[in-house]
Amino acid sequence: MPSLSEFLMFAAILFGLGIAGIILNRKNVIVLLMSIELVLLAVNTNFVAFSYFLNNMLGQVFVFFVLTVAASEAAIGLAILVMLYNKRQTIAVDQLDTLKG
Amino acid sequence: MTNPIALIALLVCLLPLLASVVAGLAGSCLGRVMTHRFAIGCVAVSFLLSCYLFTLFVLQNSPPLQVTWYTWATAGVLQFDVAFLIDRLSTVMLVVVSFISLMVHLYTIGYMRDDPSYTRFFSYVSLFTFAMIILVLANNFLLLFFGWEGVGLVSYLLIGFWFKRETANQGSLKAFLVNRVGDIGFILAIAAVLMHCDTLNYTSVFAQANTLTAQTISLFGHSYSIITLICLLLFIGAMAKSAQVPLHVWLPESMEGPTPISALIHAATMVTAGIYMVARMSPLFEHAQAVLTLILVLGGTTAFFMGLLALTQYDIKRVIAYSTISQLGYMAVALGASAYSAAIFHLITHAFFKALLFLAAGSVIIAMHHEQDMRKMGGLATYLPVTYLTFLIGALALSAIPPFSGFYSKDMIIDAVRLSTVPGAQYAYWCVLAGAFVTPLYTFRALFMTFHGECRVEAAKRSHLHEANWVVWVPLVLLAIPSFAAGALLIHPMLFATNPILGQSVTVLPTHDVLKQLEVSFHGTALMALQANRTCVFWLALAGIVVAWAVTMQPAIGLFFKTRFKWIYAILVRKFGFDDFNQTVMVQGTRGLGEVLYKVADEKVIDGAGVNGIGKAIRYIAATARHLQTGYLYHYALVMVIGVVAFLAWMVWG
Repeated sequence: MPSLSEFLMFAAILFGLGIAGIILNRKNVIVLLMSIELVLLAVNTNFVAFSYFLNNMLGQVFVFFVLTVAASEAAIGLAILVMLYNKRQTIAVDQLDTLKG
Repeated sequence: MTNPIALIALLVCLLPLLASVVAGLAGSCLGRVMTHRFAIGCVAVSFLLSCYLFTLFVLQNSPPLQVTWYTWATAGVLQFDVAFLIDRLSTVMLVVVSFISLMVHLYTIGYMRDDPSYTRFFSYVSLFTFAMIILVLANNFLLLFFGWEGVGLVSYLLIGFWFKRETANQGSLKAFLVNRVGDIGFILAIAAVLMHCDTLNYTSVFAQANTLTAQTISLFGHSYSIITLICLLLFIGAMAKSAQVPLHVWLPESMEGPTPISALIHAATMVTAGIYMVARMSPLFEHAQAVLTLILVLGGTTAFFMGLLALTQYDIKRVIAYSTISQLGYMAVALGASAYSAAIFHLITHAFFKALLFLAAGSVIIAMHHEQDMRKMGGLATYLPVTYLTFLIGALALSAIPPFSGFYSKDMIIDAVRLSTVPGAQYAYWCVLAGAFVTPLYTFRALFMTFHGECRVEAAKRSHLHEANWVVWVPLVLLAIPSFAAGALLIHPMLFATNPILGQSVTVLPTHDVLKQLEVSFHGTALMALQANRTCVFWLALAGIVVAWAVTMQPAIGLFFKTRFKWIYAILVRKFGFDDFNQTVMVQGTRGLGEVLYKVADEKVIDGAGVNGIGKAIRYIAATARHLQTGYLYHYALVMVIGVVAFLAWMVWG
């Protein structure tokens, strides 16, 4: 069984990967959604790890909430994505710069 | 129940106002005849009531009466009233003002007959009478200031009465602006009185004169007695109103107004407001010897040097205007010598003969179809006999020839200055003595040029040269009577009686009381006139007339003086450079300053840096800052992460 700090390190790496995905990704909005999913999973991992080591079920309850939100977020995100593709014929992040000042 | 005498005073003051309002608002409905009848009726009643007040307060010796009509404002201990002080001085002034005003009202019918703004003129003249009566009747500084500004305003309106003339507009503006300079002094004086006395009522302020003398105020590193400061500021106000050097420049310009106005405002009444005010404030001025010296010096300068200027003028009204300035100088000198009664005495006689001179000049101007240049007149005596005779009486009175009224008043002033011990009296004495020679010189120069010698009138005009109708010459005759007799009648009761006309209205310190010393040498009116040949003043006046005859009637002599003393002549024509100075320094200076302020302060600072600057800065900042908004999601995300990291760092280490 890995120790708590190993879990935390794993979650931190996951979180870092997610953030890096958001910032570095230039091509695909779907990758962006996946990165956000990664960040959420990193948080979930933290919750579960603490829940297990501190013997407190609240953390695991919270994970369910997060998973539910993540699922609906993915659904809405993908729906938006479809609409976006309908409108712009592209889902490349570096083309979506209508807000440029 | 209000005192009936007070009600009469109120009526004296309000009747001209009523006349003014009716003439101004309803003049076009009433028509010319009804308007002037109504206005003259009001002023005539006002004059009769003034005479009644005069008999009551001067002849029957009633004590001074103070009555409050309305409290304008109360603030803590300060109270501002519309209140009258009816005493000997104010009733004397009332009679003079309403009499001259009545004469001028009458005369106006003839002089302004063809003017389209006939009723407006009557409205103004009555309004002026109202303001002047308020000024005279006020019992506190604030109401005095109201009257003071009222006459100033009407003076402005009347100088610019013919507002289509460019010169009239400029003249009225000049009068208004120069008077503002004096008003600054006057307002500051009122403020100083209010600050140190907590009241503006004359009686209460005068009661504190001694404490004011003891207090000092520190200004610009020197300390002054408060009373000196107050008197100095008051006199600055009087300087502008009464046309003392260097604030005299507006009076000659005011001759652009119609002649009846020159007679009423710019000779007989308004310009004497300053003299009246100083006489009224005599309990204060008596304690401010430095100011008395200043009054003497300025008054003397005005009396002599402004008289000289009249010598080079060709406009008949301007000659009389400079003469007015010079005579106001005489009055100021009398004030400076603490001979307040003599100053008021000269004010009264001067009001009569100067109004007479102006109205007579106006009669000439009517006959000449509004031609004022004396070079185009000459030999008018045969055409205008009444005008000539009355002008002659006025001229003799002005020149101080016994037994005309001016002789008594002017002689008294000269004698009073001779005896005065106030510093500066010596200078003023020589000035007024020299002035006694100059006065007949310019007066008779005008008289000879206008009425004697060959007729230089254009032939076309000569055929209809005739005396105007009775409304013009009756006032002349009515004014000629007091011009002749007022001096002899008034000198004893005014100056030397045990209970003089002004009585307690003026205060003179025993050390300054020159009239007391003169009393010793006064042995009756008739004797004074008979013994005139023993005084050098009389011979100076005669010499003045002879020289005037020589230079005007013998062109060779006149030309000799003009060429021999070319530089003096040039100086006089330039009016000692006062106008040039004002034009270059004041007008150009103000314009230059205005230009600088407009170009730099307004256009550069306020418009440039302020309004447009802020706009430009916002635009520039926005143009730079918009580049931050790239529109790329990952940039926003990066910034967000950096922000989160920063907050985190702050939370952990901060």
